Amino acid sequence: MIRTEEMLLNVGPQHPSTHGVFRLLIKIDGETIVEAIPICGYLHRGTEKLAEDLNYTQIIPYTDRMDYVSAMTTNYVLVHAVETMMGIEIPERAEYLRVIVMELQRIASHLVWFGTYLLDLGALSPFLYAFKEREKILQLFTELCGARLTYNYMRVGGVKWDIPDEGWLKRVKQFIDGFKKEWEGYHQFVTGNEIVQARLKGIGKYDAETAIKYSLSGVNLRCTGVKWDLRKNEPYSIYDRFDFEVPTATEGDCYSRYLLRMAEMEESRKIVEQALQQFPSGGEIMAKVPKIIKPPVGETYVRIESPRGEIGTYIYSKGRPNPYRLHFRRPSMINLQILPELLKGENIANMVTILGGIDIILGEVDC
Amino acid sequence: MADEKDLELEKAKAAAAAKAKAAAAAKAKAAALAKANGNAEQTAPQEESTAAQPQAVENAAPAEASSAAATGADDLADAKAKAIAAAKAKAAAAAAAKAKAMANAGGDESPAVDGDDAKAKAIAAAKAKAAAAAAAKAKAMANAGGDESPAADGDDAKAKAIAAAKAKAAAVAAAKAKAAGDAAAVESGAAPEAEKPSKNRPKLELIVKKITDRFGADVIEDSYINFLAKELPTVVIKKESWFEVARFLREEPELAFEYLSDLHGIDHETHMEVFYVLQSYRTGLVLSVRVKTERDGGELPSLTPIWSGANWQEREVYDLLGVRFTGHPDLRRMFLPDDWVGHPLRKDYVQYDEEV
Repeated sequence: MIRTEEMLLNVGPQHPSTHGVFRLLIKIDGETIVEAIPICGYLHRGTEKLAEDLNYTQIIPYTDRMDYVSAMTTNYVLVHAVETMMGIEIPERAEYLRVIVMELQRIASHLVWFGTYLLDLGALSPFLYAFKEREKILQLFTELCGARLTYNYMRVGGVKWDIPDEGWLKRVKQFIDGFKKEWEGYHQFVTGNEIVQARLKGIGKYDAETAIKYSLSGVNLRCTGVKWDLRKNEPYSIYDRFDFEVPTATEGDCYSRYLLRMAEMEESRKIVEQALQQFPSGGEIMAKVPKIIKPPVGETYVRIESPRGEIGTYIYSKGRPNPYRLHFRRPSMINLQILPELLKGENIANMVTILGGIDIILGEVDC
Repeated sequence: MADEKDLELEKAKAAAAAKAKAAAAAKAKAAALAKANGNAEQTAPQEESTAAQPQAVENAAPAEASSAAATGADDLADAKAKAIAAAKAKAAAAAAAKAKAMANAGGDESPAVDGDDAKAKAIAAAKAKAAAAAAAKAKAMANAGGDESPAADGDDAKAKAIAAAKAKAAAVAAAKAKAAGDAAAVESGAAPEAEKPSKNRPKLELIVKKITDRFGADVIEDSYINFLAKELPTVVIKKESWFEVARFLREEPELAFEYLSDLHGIDHETHMEVFYVLQSYRTGLVLSVRVKTERDGGELPSLTPIWSGANWQEREVYDLLGVRFTGHPDLRRMFLPDDWVGHPLRKDYVQYDEEV
């Protein structure tokens, strides 16, 4: 007679497959997870509190460190909020630069996810391919603004740096052309792989109703058939000028989330391609903004589509150079809430699959 | 384009401010004497303008300066020199302020309607003074013509009544005259009388109507379009009925707010507030809801039974602001350790250990 008893297992915070310093306390019965208790806060820096003593330009570097895999979009969500409050019109050239870097960033972010996710599943080599391509994007960003990860690139009213030379746009074009072949290669090597399919299909499944109830956003929501992408549904910046699809799936499992992120890379590539074609040959990269940025009295809430979902900024301004209250709606944190629900009754081997499928960045969860 | 205008305006203001200041200094003695037997109201404006003086020059927006009085000093490089000048002008400040108010009222509308707390205070004080003086009607009328401030938060019923009509006319004129950026500022003021058209107004009206039909008008404290947030419809709901209203918003088929997008708290120093953003995929509506509660020991109903996504966000509000959510399944600190003292996002938070 086999006797089983519940056991507590601590996963993380120092565990590679938690993608940061996320800690999970799981109760297991044999190999089955009975209960999972997420414990957050190991990376909590109090960004929102710190921001209350800083002026708006000084807050931008803090947003780099929030979602550090997609710093361009977090840069944008802050400056976009301030610009919305002040009614600043952004020069065309700056808008195009923003879109190009944000979409390249989306590709880079999904590449990190793709590489590390397969690493979680035990496949080493896709990681190398993915990071090789990502490094090319980071190289382009370094040429543009001098940093690999913490760009501090955007400013209220535009961007900090213009393209370093005319060749930069050509190099972006070169990259996205080459990337298409690489991307097709990923599908050949990975998507059809039997092990990958066996490990992903039907795992971490939920339906649209559950996804909405848990406030999921981004791919985690779209994998249940809800076609919602803020770039399409509430166009910000100049996204209404580009022709791209919002990929959705209906299965709601890890495999569909994998497919969607792959498809999104291709859509982002298309946007970059179009943006390069439309890129204005001259013009300003900064709107005329006051030296000391003081949004009018009142509050604002804006949201955009980051690679992880709906990221939002709330600002309550008293007309001073620093915000009275600044809040970020972080998709990583809110998407992660569903994890205990998904892990209940799962096999312990699927734990990392499900966690990785949500695609969290701990800098953003804890903020 | 608005910015260029602003720059010019600011330059002009700077000149005006400098002039006004010089005049104030010159007038200092005489004015001080004249003011010595003035009314009690002076104390507040005196302090305001004193603090404001240095900023006024630096910032080239005299009236706006008083709003930033508290932070003004931080902004300056040459605060000291100006502070001395300000101190000198202190005695005359009240008189100068009056003169300035008259001089500026015509050209500088935006601060008057802006509705900022500090600003409002300054305005209120100035206005009270004006009202006191304006027992003499002719003067009052002359003042009110250019100055819409009484409409914003009239403490004096008479002055309000007189000024309201004028303010409205002035607001229209101002809105026309001013660039788009400033127009937004005008609207952001709490004064709802001049309603700007918005594509979201019918949506807000629908939501308000639905709530009033079901719960009566009492549950809604306020409703408006937030022009600073891409015309986001906003309602302020009383906390006693909030849970039922939230459930209604979720279940009413014509509203169907099935998605809780955001939830966070704000410490307003007088009270706590929790800000919700709701969204519906079916009806396409987006709504922000603000619910107020007490600052100390404030409680709100937990929305976790309605939207599971509220769970961690409420825990975060509890962790960082100390607002308790009744009925929450697991109200623990979200990020900070369980033995942490205090709630850091509160404005009165004192660090347990300054060194950390």
